[in-house]
Formats: sequence, structure tokens, C-alpha cells
Amino acid sequence: MSAPSAVRSNRVLRVEDADLLKGAARFVDDLHLSGMLQAAFVRSPHGHAKVLSIDTSMAKDVPGVHAVLTRDDFLPHLATEFIVVGLPSPAYRQDINRPALSGLEVVHVGEPVAIVLADNRYIAEDAAALVMVDYDPLPAVGDPREALKPGAPLVHSSSPHNLLAEFDMGYGDVDAAFAGAPHVFKESLWQHRGGSHSIECRGDVAAYDSFADTLTLWSSTQTPHAARSVLAGMLGWDEDRIRVVTPDVGGGFGPKLIFYPEDVAVALAAYITRRPVKWIEDRREHFVATTQERDQYWDAEIAVDNDGKILGLRGSIVHDHGAYTARGVNLPYESAQTVTLAYEIPTYQMNVKLALTNKVPVTPVRGAGQPQGVFCMERLLDRAADELKIPRAELRRRNLIPGDKMPYTKPLKSRGGRQVVLDSGDYPKCQADALEKAGAADFAVRQAAARKEGRYIGLGLANFVKGTGRGPFEPVTVRVDPSTGQIIVYSGATAMGQSTKTMFAQVVAEQLGGDITRVTAKPGDTGTMSMGLGGFNSRLTVMAGSSAHLAATKVRDKALLIASKLLKLPAEELQIHGGQVEAKADPSKSVTLGQLAKSVAGVAGFVLPDGVSPGLEATEYFVVDDMAYANGAAAIEVEVDVETGGVHINKFVIAHDCGAVINPMLVDGQIVGAAAHGIGNALYEWMGYDDNCQPVTTNLGEYLLVTAPEVPLIEVSHHESPTYLNPLGVKGVGECGVVPVAPAIMSAIEDALREFDVHIAQTPITPGEIVAKIEAGRKAKA
Amino acid sequence: MAEMRKITVTVNGQAHTREVETRMTLADFLRHELTLTGTHIGCEHGVCGACTILLDGRTARSCLMLAVQADGHAIDTIEGIAPPNPDKNAPMHPLQEAFRDNHALQCGFCTPGMLTTIIELLRDNPEPTSDEVRIAISGNLCRCTGYQTIVAATLDAARRLKAEGRKP
Repeated sequence: MSAPSAVRSNRVLRVEDADLLKGAARFVDDLHLSGMLQAAFVRSPHGHAKVLSIDTSMAKDVPGVHAVLTRDDFLPHLATEFIVVGLPSPAYRQDINRPALSGLEVVHVGEPVAIVLADNRYIAEDAAALVMVDYDPLPAVGDPREALKPGAPLVHSSSPHNLLAEFDMGYGDVDAAFAGAPHVFKESLWQHRGGSHSIECRGDVAAYDSFADTLTLWSSTQTPHAARSVLAGMLGWDEDRIRVVTPDVGGGFGPKLIFYPEDVAVALAAYITRRPVKWIEDRREHFVATTQERDQYWDAEIAVDNDGKILGLRGSIVHDHGAYTARGVNLPYESAQTVTLAYEIPTYQMNVKLALTNKVPVTPVRGAGQPQGVFCMERLLDRAADELKIPRAELRRRNLIPGDKMPYTKPLKSRGGRQVVLDSGDYPKCQADALEKAGAADFAVRQAAARKEGRYIGLGLANFVKGTGRGPFEPVTVRVDPSTGQIIVYSGATAMGQSTKTMFAQVVAEQLGGDITRVTAKPGDTGTMSMGLGGFNSRLTVMAGSSAHLAATKVRDKALLIASKLLKLPAEELQIHGGQVEAKADPSKSVTLGQLAKSVAGVAGFVLPDGVSPGLEATEYFVVDDMAYANGAAAIEVEVDVETGGVHINKFVIAHDCGAVINPMLVDGQIVGAAAHGIGNALYEWMGYDDNCQPVTTNLGEYLLVTAPEVPLIEVSHHESPTYLNPLGVKGVGECGVVPVAPAIMSAIEDALREFDVHIAQTPITPGEIVAKIEAGRKAKA
Repeated sequence: MAEMRKITVTVNGQAHTREVETRMTLADFLRHELTLTGTHIGCEHGVCGACTILLDGRTARSCLMLAVQADGHAIDTIEGIAPPNPDKNAPMHPLQEAFRDNHALQCGFCTPGMLTTIIELLRDNPEPTSDEVRIAISGNLCRCTGYQTIVAATLDAARRLKAEGRKP
């Protein structure tokens, strides 16, 4: 790891902000192309139905409508009509892939069956209502536990059953550990996470260029290279005929990494009509057509000795997969894998079943299944502590992996088959720090005093460890533009609000003159990089940041080498400052980066400077397979109104270790924002469906996102344990803040309501449910 | 074909006359007719607040208004908060500067509505408490920041405006 510099590790203001603050940013809906048609989709109103016929004639007659396209119109243009994106796994029992447009059977409300193209969106929506689809409704199943029972309605009428995948994870002789354990405690947990709800919904603009025979798709995707690859595969085109560009993105949070039926439908509509086509998802569509995280049902038990030391943990998960595979088994895999990470647990076994349901597919939302694993672990620890009458924090301390055991090998394999090795961190120190800053030392006194005033306050705690920086690579090109001297950074590492351009500017400027305004990052365009994976899994600073660092270092070395030849001085006597290379002893002896780039850009027939290869640019593919494990602890004080069930957060501390910090302002921003998301997952967000799989929360009045008054001041305490896994020493941070919040809040609510013996085995929890638990506790005591 | 009507709307000090469909929302009018795309649409049902503009100085949801309702009125959008300046590095409005300095935006999609809402707040209440700021922006959803940097930026902007003796 190189030493921190003035550029890196500093609170540098963002290069993204000026445009965003002046209304000059460019989101996909801000793109207008001449002759562009606007699209609206006809979507299934049923959870499950056969499609008997689709009559588009009335819709086509609406003035201003140019085309109404269905599956039949698409099939002649498709090498395959299915979007095949499932990550590899031996766990699959069925391959269930989404079609571009459904034409035979619809399996969730919101599934697209036709695309209407019109002069404007108003007309397109009018006409969409006139597309007559004759449906024969079929039984639907929404509860994943019910879906797995014999005789349950089939989610797909052609499937033998609703089990999408099943796997076991674990190590050690867990049954023997339980057989000999003095104490065993069991919990049945319902865990729900809703949607992502980026304030910008999804969107696409596609344009086909018949002269070049190429198609450009501007999309609010987090993964432009994957989008290009999937689209090329479906169309049967060479990838170089498709360019996918991600403009400014108004938040991602997971679901925008998925490739959707709408993406291929818009692209194909542009190809078929030879007109540019725009589709912008509205919020109601976001509720029924954008992937979500939803439900997991856990049965888990923990075996402990008399001192509260963990002997084993075992259980099972039933995971709501939705109607199709839009990402894979990764989400519950991460849930099961995360359970034990922070603690020394000698034996572990978890059975995981993924159930198909007649709902929109499930894929990662910020946290990606890992909050659920932590929730299970932390709820079991609270239970064990209470039963053994050991303080909750003390029982955790006895089981946390101590800092001096790092790196710590877990007998688990990542979903890519790699050994899980916790690379660094001091977990007990983070817990102690969070508790101290939350005022745990005198909390019992404050709690007693509050109780005398008729107030119910409680303190909750949760630890977490989260895998970040998913490999294997994210290429980055750093190039000095020979015409302007500006340093340009290209990458598939796609920005969606997490300050990726600023990160690139800091990391690259550190090597190339120290001025971030001389660095322009242009991520998220397949036209500038042949390969890329994109933005997800808290990976960009780890993967793309490392590649950028290595590429910038190469460019720096080359700039110094060329300059030493042009200035006739040894490279060691030169430095890069601002936009030029200069003699350390005499800055007037200098040459600009642009001149250096030009000198190696090639002039026909003239030789390059002696021993120098062409071009002042470098592309690096930093490869790492092991994940960098970030960690932290949340300590949260709540006050519960026992009459209304309202939960007010009095104090919120999160101690956090994401390795070396490149920009503390941005790390704070990521943690606090994710923590607010966690508050939503604990107390507000619920994506509801009725028994027929009709969504019942389809606007932001019914589905509650946290607003400013609900979010307390969130105090972040930085710990920095640099990882050895990459040259920057960084771990990912984007998702971490969400992970410990729900269990810490439930822990705090229970602590506040001890006299009512309130026990919480779910997330989220509503005020009504809290009141019911208080009432039950009162009755039991009476 | 929907009914058309001629309207004149003053946006950021400039009068625009257009013939529009009576059913066109004000948000779509601003974004697509006037190509002032700084105003964003997040929900189209008046909850998220991203489309908030100032109508005769008061906040309004441009997704819940028709363009024809704005006929004869003055509108301010995010593009009009700082006077246009060819110098990209020229100082912005103190609220915009405070937003940048306090990291009060990440993806920036909710920002146009936050800025217009806070300008109204600071005009009504030049020295708000942090609780008052939280209540004032409670009708604006942000999924990135957790709000606390927006609160900090608002308090910072209030201090800057006071120091400069300037009205928001």
C-alpha cells in the first residue's frame, strides 16, 4: 500500500456537483433525439394468467400511434427470446428466464406484453389502454412457504414444481455440537426488504443507425457492458454493433444492475421502426416491474455453553425468488454466508430453498441479502444473552473474532468457489467504540430515570461483517489527451450517485499532478472500453479504483520517462505538478502533459523518443478474487411510545471500518445514506401483495420511504484497517450502513419494552404490531 | 386529439409562449417543451417532491399541475437559482454552494426539489432550526443522503445569506 497523499484521504469536494446543482446534469430522460417516439408498455393485470389473444387494432388506430409491438413482432428478430442472466450455480433445479415480451403466459402483475410507440407518452398510454388482451386467469401463489408445499398452484404452468433452487451451506459437525450443548435457542424469523426506490426510475433511449448498422442504447443501467452482452446475445449481433451508454443516474441501489425486458423491447422497437425510442419508467411501473428484495422466512437455532460461547448454529431459509431468475441464487447465498462472519462459530449448517412466486423477480437491493444474515445472527445472540442473563454486549464480545486473529479463515466458500478469508479489522474494538459513543456506560441509569418519567427507552446493538469489492476485475484506461492535455479516465465502472467520478479524479490526480480538475472521468460507456462489469456489490473503489491507481502510476512513470528525454534531465529530478512535468530544482524547465502525449502520439515517418512506446495512456485490469471484508457495529437508542407503538430514535452511532479512506466526506455520505435505508427496512418499508398476488402498495403514499423527520442524526466513527488485497488498501462502503440497522433497532425496542416481555422476530415492525405485543405482554402478566 | 391552448409562462424571468395540450403537466412542459430538464420527475403523484418548482414564489409540485394552470404566472426552476454565467467556476447561489460544501447531494436527482423547497423556507424563516428544516423538507424524498447533510447545508446557507446580508 502506498502512503496517503494530499489528494487521496482528503475531504475533496465532488466534481459531479456543479452540474447537478445547476440543473445541467444529463439523465436519460433529459435526452431528446429528433424523430423520437415515446413508449408505453401494456402490462399484465394478473398475478398469473394464460394469454389467449392480443388485439392491437384499436390501439393502432389512435392518431399519433406509430406501432404496437408484441411477442409475435419480436420473434423474427431474436436469436433467443429469453433473457438468460442467472449467475452460475449447481443449486438450480429449474431454469426460468424472462422473455422479451410475454405472449403465452403472464406470471406476475406488471409483466410486459406489448409496447406502444407514439408521438408522446400521453398518446402512448391512451393507446396502451386500448390493447385488448384476453387473459384466462390461473391460480397464483405469493407466499414462498406455500409455494413449496405439495399441491400448491404452479407459478409457471409448465413447471413440475415451484422449487427454483436448493443448496446447503456449512461446516463442522453441527448436529453433534447441538446434541451436547447445554443451551439451545430457536427463532423463526420473517424478514422483508422492499424495493430500491431510487428517486429516478429506470429508463431507456434507443436509436438505430441504419448507415452504420449499429444500435445505441442510453440506459439508466448500473452495468452497461452486461447490458450490451445480453442484448447482443438476444439479437444475435456482434457486440460491436451495440453501444450502451449510461448517462447520469439518479440512484441505483441494486435493481438497476439487472437487464430488463423493457431494455430489449425499447432497443428492438427502435430497430424495427427505424425511429429513436424513449421509455421512462413511472413510479407505478417501478413498483410492479423493477426487481425487489421482499421476503425470507428463517428457522434458526443456536447452541451455546453456560458462558454464552457459541457451539453451533443451524437452520433453514425459504427465500422468495419471484417469478423468474433475474440474477441467480446469489441473494440467499449471501444471506446464509453472512450469518457467521463476525463471530467464532465452530459448527454451522444452513439449508436454503428458493421458491418461485407470482411476483416480480427478486434481486439484490443495497445490502444484497447480507442484512438478513446479520439479522438472524444478532436476533439469536440477543435471545441467548437474555436467556443466560448475560449482557447482550458482553455475550457478543465473548464470541466476536478478535483483532489479533486476522486474517481469519472461515470454512466457507464464496459463490465463486473461493475460500472466505476475513482480511482485516478489529471487530471487538468497533463494538466497544459504538457502545461508548452511544453512552452505553450509563445507559442503565438513564433508562431507569426515563422509566420513572413514564418513558420507555432501550439500547440496541448489532455487529456486521460485509463482503465488498466483488471481483474478478474492472478495467480502467487512463489517457492524457494529446490535444488538450486533459487526463481522461475510461471505465465500465458505472456511476449512479456514489461519487465514482470524484473517486477516479482523486486516485488518478494523486499520481498525475495533484489537480483533480485536470482529470475527467467518463465511466459507463461500452464505446470507450471493450470490457467491464459495472457498479454493484460495493466494488468500484476497490476494483476500478485499484485499476485506476495502477494505470495512473504507469502513465506517471511514462510521462517522467518521456520528459526526461525531452528536458534532458534524469527522471528522478522531475516531478509532475499541475498539468506539467517540471524539474524539481527549477520548475521553469518544464513540459506540459499534453506536449508529452503529443510527442508519443506519432507523426508519420518520424521516430518516437528513444526507447518509448507509443501513446501516453495505460489500461489496467487489476484482478482480485478474494473479497475485502468491511465491518462495523451499530448502537442505537430508541424511545417507544407504549400507547401508539411509535418508535423514535434518540441516538444512532455506527462505528465502521472500510479500510483506507479515500475521501471521508464521501464515506460518511455512503454510510449515513445506507443507514437511513436500514431504518426504512426496520420500521417503514413494506411491499405488500394480496392473496392473488396483486400488489397493494403501488405508490409512495402507501409504500413508506423515510423522510427527514424520521431520520436521527447518524454519528459515524471511522476505523481504518487497510486490506492487503489491493494497492489502495480500500474496502467497499456503499452498502455497509444498511446491514446492522434492523437488528440493532429491534434489539433496542425489546430493551425498551422488557417489562412487557416483547419479543421481535421480524422486520419491518409497525406501530400496530408493537402495541399488540405490549398488550399481549400486559395480559400475560395480569 | 386533445384540446390545445396558447399559454404564456414566465420561467426564470423569461417569457415563453407556447401552444400546448390542455392535459400536459407543467413538469412535462418545462422539461420537454422548454427543455429545462433540471426539474426532475420522480413519482408523478406528488409524493417525492423532486419536481417542486416555485410558482409566483411559492413551492408547487409541477407533476400535479397542468401547464395551462401556469398561464400568466411566474415560475422559478433550478436553472434559475444562480444567474447564468459562462464561467463554469463562477460562484453559485449560497444554497448551492452550501449543498456542495456539505455533500448534500449524491445522485442529485432529488436536488432540484430540495433547492426550491429550501429557498421558500429560507425566505419565510431565514434562521431555521434543524428540526424546522427537517419538517420543511419532509415532503421531499431523498434515497441517497439520509437527509442530515441537507439539513447541515440549509443551516450553512442560512448563515452565509445572513453574513452576506442577502435574501434567498
